[in-house]
Amino acid sequence: MIRFEQVSKTYPGGQQALRQVSFHITPGEMAFLTGHSGAGKSTLLKLISIMERPTVGKVLINGHDLNHIQRRQIPYIRRDIGMIFQSHQLLMDKSVFDNVALPLIIEGYSHKEIGKRVSTVLERVGLADKARSLPIALSGGEQQRVGIARAVVNKPPLLLADEPTGNLDPKLSMEIIKLFEDFNQAGVAVLIATHDLGLIARMRYRTLTLKKGQMITDGLTEDWPGDLDEPVI
Amino acid sequence: MSLLFKGRSQGAERTSISATQRLMMFFVSHVRQALASLGELWRSPGASMMTIAVLGLSITLPSTLYILLKNTERVSAGWEQASEITLFLHRDTQPADIQQLVTRLSVWPEIDSLTHIDKNQAMQEFKEISGFGDALNYLDQNPLPDVILVTPTSKHTSPTAAGVLLDKLRNEREVEVGQLDIQWLERLHGLVAIAKELVTVVALLLFLAVVLIIGNTIRLNILNKRDEILVMKLVGATDAFIQRPFLYTGFWYGLLGGLMAWVTVALLLWWMEDSINQVAQLYQTQFNLSGLQGEALLIMLALSVCLGLAGSLLSVYKHIRAIEPK
Ligand SMILES: Nc1ncnc2c1ncn2[C@@H]1O[C@H](COP(=O)(O)OP(=O)(O)O)[C@@H](O)[C@H]1O
Ligand SMILES: [Mg+2]
Repeated sequence: MIRFEQVSKTYPGGQQALRQVSFHITPGEMAFLTGHSGAGKSTLLKLISIMERPTVGKVLINGHDLNHIQRRQIPYIRRDIGMIFQSHQLLMDKSVFDNVALPLIIEGYSHKEIGKRVSTVLERVGLADKARSLPIALSGGEQQRVGIARAVVNKPPLLLADEPTGNLDPKLSMEIIKLFEDFNQAGVAVLIATHDLGLIARMRYRTLTLKKGQMITDGLTEDWPGDLDEPVI
Repeated sequence: MSLLFKGRSQGAERTSISATQRLMMFFVSHVRQALASLGELWRSPGASMMTIAVLGLSITLPSTLYILLKNTERVSAGWEQASEITLFLHRDTQPADIQQLVTRLSVWPEIDSLTHIDKNQAMQEFKEISGFGDALNYLDQNPLPDVILVTPTSKHTSPTAAGVLLDKLRNEREVEVGQLDIQWLERLHGLVAIAKELVTVVALLLFLAVVLIIGNTIRLNILNKRDEILVMKLVGATDAFIQRPFLYTGFWYGLLGGLMAWVTVALLLWWMEDSINQVAQLYQTQFNLSGLQGEALLIMLALSVCLGLAGSLLSVYKHIRAIEPK
């Protein structure tokens, strides 16, 4: 599903964010991406959604080399990838319904179809009664669920989440992760970047760890030794 | 179709609808977006009116000048038709030869009509009008020549064509002198040509200004919606989709500005009508000012819409590309 081949990314300022990173995530897999702040997690996700381009190496989705994707094709790539951000990236002057409907409007769905799909997905994230509210009137956890609803409303085969639980307490964080598990069980590949090691430690998922731009571990959380703060191989 | 996942269709393709239904949906969505853009203008009436007024007034000036010019041309065209060539014949030309000359000339395609003024008849008239009376009887022969007045056909009334005709007439054996008072016509034509160029230059400069002003207004709109555009790009909106409402805004600016120019021009002409009629009376002509109607009106509206669209296209092309999620 996602394959990195010897990918390095150096930002224009000379900051090396990723160094020769290689890994493969299979279709329908759920994995975490972790590491300290500044380790390169966001950069890695941005290479998948083509918000950045690799300096060296190849990123492939479903066997397609993203280096060959032209600028004008990028929007169509993003329609296959549901993206969730720590800052939600919601439109604050539009209702929850309109926010979630946005990807469907962009893809030209009919009015009827949009209504049906948005209701279904809001039901799934537990916000059926908040459709007419403005995001500002929602709690942090609810806002994040609006973001998730928007990411999955057009049923993409791949979900990327960058610090989706960043501002939430452990209980709310767990609820959000449960949501991701639901979608994963429906066959969606999920990659979640988080520096919240406590959260991942309680689960049994494949975890990729970055340190200063290098991939230092790739394995199941339960294989980690006791010191979770600085996982070693 | 998805580029990455074979068999995964994107968007409306997924629902199986007929081609006509899809076409309908395409139009419905365009109409909806156009109305949404109009609604957006309505929500900030002050700023919108200002932009529309700038556009409208900028088009009013060249339109009014154009109308005045067109009317001048129309009037002077009437004068030109009266342009006549006067041929003075050799004094010793016999009446039979004159008759022959008139017959010959009357079949020339350039000539509309001929009038022969007999020298004796002219002398008689001169006696009566001048009051010299019998004094003229002491002349031993009539000093006046026979004269032929030539009116060219409408195609040959322009200064150059009439000049060519004059040269041709001068070559006739019986003609001693040929005259065409075309200097004032040439001057008028020269003035009108300069005025035309001036109007064109002024119009082009104003149009350029309008395009830049609309472009700048749309640029501010785009920057105001920066966050929204970023989010739309994140969820897979194409530049074309994001551009559309801004292009519609430009379209509305153009259309409303054009309508405003139409009204303003009509008001201006109505206001100027009296003074124009006074001038017309001095020239003893009946003169109706023709305003913007039919084709000219449509052309002006189309031009105005084009200017609005050009401004927004310029802006949209530059600034929407530049907003990229990082
Ligand atoms: N747009 C950018 N320009 C320059 N340097 C950047 C940019 N984005 C990130 N970086 C740098 O790249 C490194 C990795 O950043 P990032 O991928 O955001 O890490 P993380 O998400 O793990 O905190 C950091 O040192 C950061 O300062
Ligand atoms: Mg980050």
